[in-house]
Amino acid sequence: MNQPAPSPSSPKLPVNLAANPKLSSWLKFSPQGQVTVSPGKVEIGQGIVTALAQIAADELDIDISRVQMIRASTAASPNEGVTSGSLSVQQSGRAMRHACAEVRQIFLQLASERLGVDIASLGVEDGTISGPGNVTTSYWELAEEVSLDRDATPDVKPKPATRRALAGNSVQRIDIPDKVFARARFIHDWALPEMLHGRVLRPQNARAKLTGLKDGNVRTIAGFVAVVRDGSFAGVVCETEHGAEAALQALRKGAVWADGEPLPDESDLAAFLKAAPSETTIIDKRTASSPGAKKRTLRRQYTRPYIAHASIAPSCAMAQWNGDRVHVWTHSQGVYLLRTDLALVLKLPAENIIVEHMEGAGCYGHNAADDVALDAVLLAKTTGGRPVRVQWSREAEMSDAPFGAAMAIEIEADLDAAGEIIDWRHSIWSNGHVARPGRAAQPALLAGFEVENPFPRMISTNPPQANGGGSDRNAVPLYDFPSWQIESHRLTTMPIRTSALRTLGAQGNVFAIESFLDEIAAERGEDPVAFRLRHLTDERAKDVIRAAAKRARWKPEKQPGIGYGIAFARYKNTGAYCAAVAEIEGAGDIRVRKLTLAVDVGEAINPDGVINQIEGGAIQATSWVLKERVRFDRQRITSTNWTEYPILRFSEVPEVEVELIQRSEMDPVGAGEAAHGPVSAAIANAVFDALGVCVRHLPITRENIIAAMEQAP
Amino acid sequence: MPSVRFRLNGVEMDVDADPDRSLLDILRGQLGMTGSHFGCGAGECGACNVMIGDRAVAACDTPLWSVADKDITTIEGLGTPERPHPLQRAFITEQALQCGYCVSGILMSAAALLKRNPKPGSREVKEALDGNLCRCGSHNRMVRAVLRAADEMAAE
Repeated sequence: MNQPAPSPSSPKLPVNLAANPKLSSWLKFSPQGQVTVSPGKVEIGQGIVTALAQIAADELDIDISRVQMIRASTAASPNEGVTSGSLSVQQSGRAMRHACAEVRQIFLQLASERLGVDIASLGVEDGTISGPGNVTTSYWELAEEVSLDRDATPDVKPKPATRRALAGNSVQRIDIPDKVFARARFIHDWALPEMLHGRVLRPQNARAKLTGLKDGNVRTIAGFVAVVRDGSFAGVVCETEHGAEAALQALRKGAVWADGEPLPDESDLAAFLKAAPSETTIIDKRTASSPGAKKRTLRRQYTRPYIAHASIAPSCAMAQWNGDRVHVWTHSQGVYLLRTDLALVLKLPAENIIVEHMEGAGCYGHNAADDVALDAVLLAKTTGGRPVRVQWSREAEMSDAPFGAAMAIEIEADLDAAGEIIDWRHSIWSNGHVARPGRAAQPALLAGFEVENPFPRMISTNPPQANGGGSDRNAVPLYDFPSWQIESHRLTTMPIRTSALRTLGAQGNVFAIESFLDEIAAERGEDPVAFRLRHLTDERAKDVIRAAAKRARWKPEKQPGIGYGIAFARYKNTGAYCAAVAEIEGAGDIRVRKLTLAVDVGEAINPDGVINQIEGGAIQATSWVLKERVRFDRQRITSTNWTEYPILRFSEVPEVEVELIQRSEMDPVGAGEAAHGPVSAAIANAVFDALGVCVRHLPITRENIIAAMEQAP
Repeated sequence: MPSVRFRLNGVEMDVDADPDRSLLDILRGQLGMTGSHFGCGAGECGACNVMIGDRAVAACDTPLWSVADKDITTIEGLGTPERPHPLQRAFITEQALQCGYCVSGILMSAAALLKRNPKPGSREVKEALDGNLCRCGSHNRMVRAVLRAADEMAAE
């Protein structure tokens, strides 16, 4: 929205390259025939390093096996902010492609001088540069003569899509062999020399303050090194992990806590969200040129609960002090952003801190990775320079990490006499969806709120619509309703900690919009596919709907106990297009039998990687919709293990089919968040189809279906 | 400290440790074998699954004393890049993971299944993996990979 039109006269550098123009920060050549490529984006289980390696190999005309991908670190990597929002291929990919194109040109220029032939007559094959008369040289031969310590210029044009050899092909992911052969790649499996183990003591009751701490028995534990206390932050350090666990149990016995802060009533989230103090923003408004005559108004309310990241690994970090300098190893999504917050808490210049990325388990947003990094830094202060590894418990991971925000969404639609939508009003009540580190004058790290002189707890905010919005993400309809108003009420208190979880508000909004559309279509007796197509003008949107419908043989004949639903969204209204058809069965416990999706991400760099992300997103969304809900009483989070917070199991996973619409001429966009909204709504619509009841409160459990039936007119 | 004897990936071991400690803690903390992953510490997620005999069990929930004289196989003993187990080959071919943290446990559950039942159907694979959690949503690829490995093993 409102982006200035690019000026055709002056080519511009990709944003991330303009911010990090030095070419040597992106790639380096070795005389031994290797290229090290150093993106600022990080692997979080989504396959980004492979896609970036493909882009680099393509643009440089080298075999991908020559590319060595370097993990991001504040010591050397370009600063590409946070790896989130399905933007890595867009942002980092574009910068990488441009940087490599320019580097190739620099090499060709030098080769042209050395070989005495015109640059235009030179070609590159796997790094060997050759020209007329069999003259050859190579990147590797010239590597020591070329300095890449120079700034990128906007003049070099990357190759056209038709000349790329690797992009568009399903290259095997470069990290997978390590993972099936159990070679240490995860931070959890790493050990530094002389490493110690730490554990942090946190209250059971939300935000309770530590008023007393007796550590009598702790010191007798074998390998005991230190107890650390700073205000309400407390922890232990031991020689072994096993000792640290034992010490934590002992420390817990000697801890005295004051009362915590009350939590809302989980049985009526909408009432809590609507009553809490909030700040209102009009997100978008469209006025009809000639308003239609309203016959009646339909009003529906939808909710989604708090959702946990629930990564399979608890968060982990390592830290090592050397005087007033500290080195941190983390699976954070943003090494520079974490460094900024660490500097705030430690009151150190950022240059004193190195933050280095290592892979963690699948990351779906702002989880506890950053929190545990500060925990490790604080505990490591006491060890005389020995590194400390801290790993959270499953319980901590499920209760102390930020959650995806609960949402209440109310939509009113004015219909004319023909049942056509003439006005649409969409209101959201929710905590903000982002409280990430490194973006404010105060830190966003948990221990920062607990130390003796604590920073105020950060209240989540929402990114602006131009960046995709937060609570309001995907709230502006893509349909051609003549008028609408979209408003967002962001809570200004935050009893339950929320921050970025995959799709931010998009899953809730798409669930609400697409559910309501099916209800309106049903009232009109109109087919949901036809209804959507009739209200869309964007052909790429229509194409994914048609493709998903066709592939799912929409609409199969009615069978008892089986339902079919369709839904569509374009992620952030600017990203990937995705349509999903769900086939479900059951009357109480719903089983999703099959999901059929069609997706358009523009140029798919690694098609199988895109399909993998879409399949994964579809299955995760099924889990959210059928099972997931953070549980709490008035004192504490109670869903702290896999029994209390169940996720989808192998026996419950639907068959998933994905059709990828390749558009190699279009800019690539990310795929990681495209499926959640459409799949959530398609399942709800399939339940409506099967049972004739609209379940408007997630998750779609037996309990919520019964409640919906009782409320139905 | 009493010692507990068992066979680990074909090698006789004699471990001096508190017999109440978990097998996972011994593997990772004492023996430096970090292929088996900690996920929950309560036997609920399968990330730490190892094979004892031909059964997959959660190492986090298995006390050291209980494995005396047993035959234990961990992911490190399943195969190597030079001599991969058919399951490892199949997981690469099918690109059957996203983050891969759960994969070592899943490979061990699958290996145990194939020992008991060399020709499983997809329903049996799903049953065998039902105690393993995957958060990235790679389930269907993993099932396909296990079926592929079973086919390969049958052909060999």
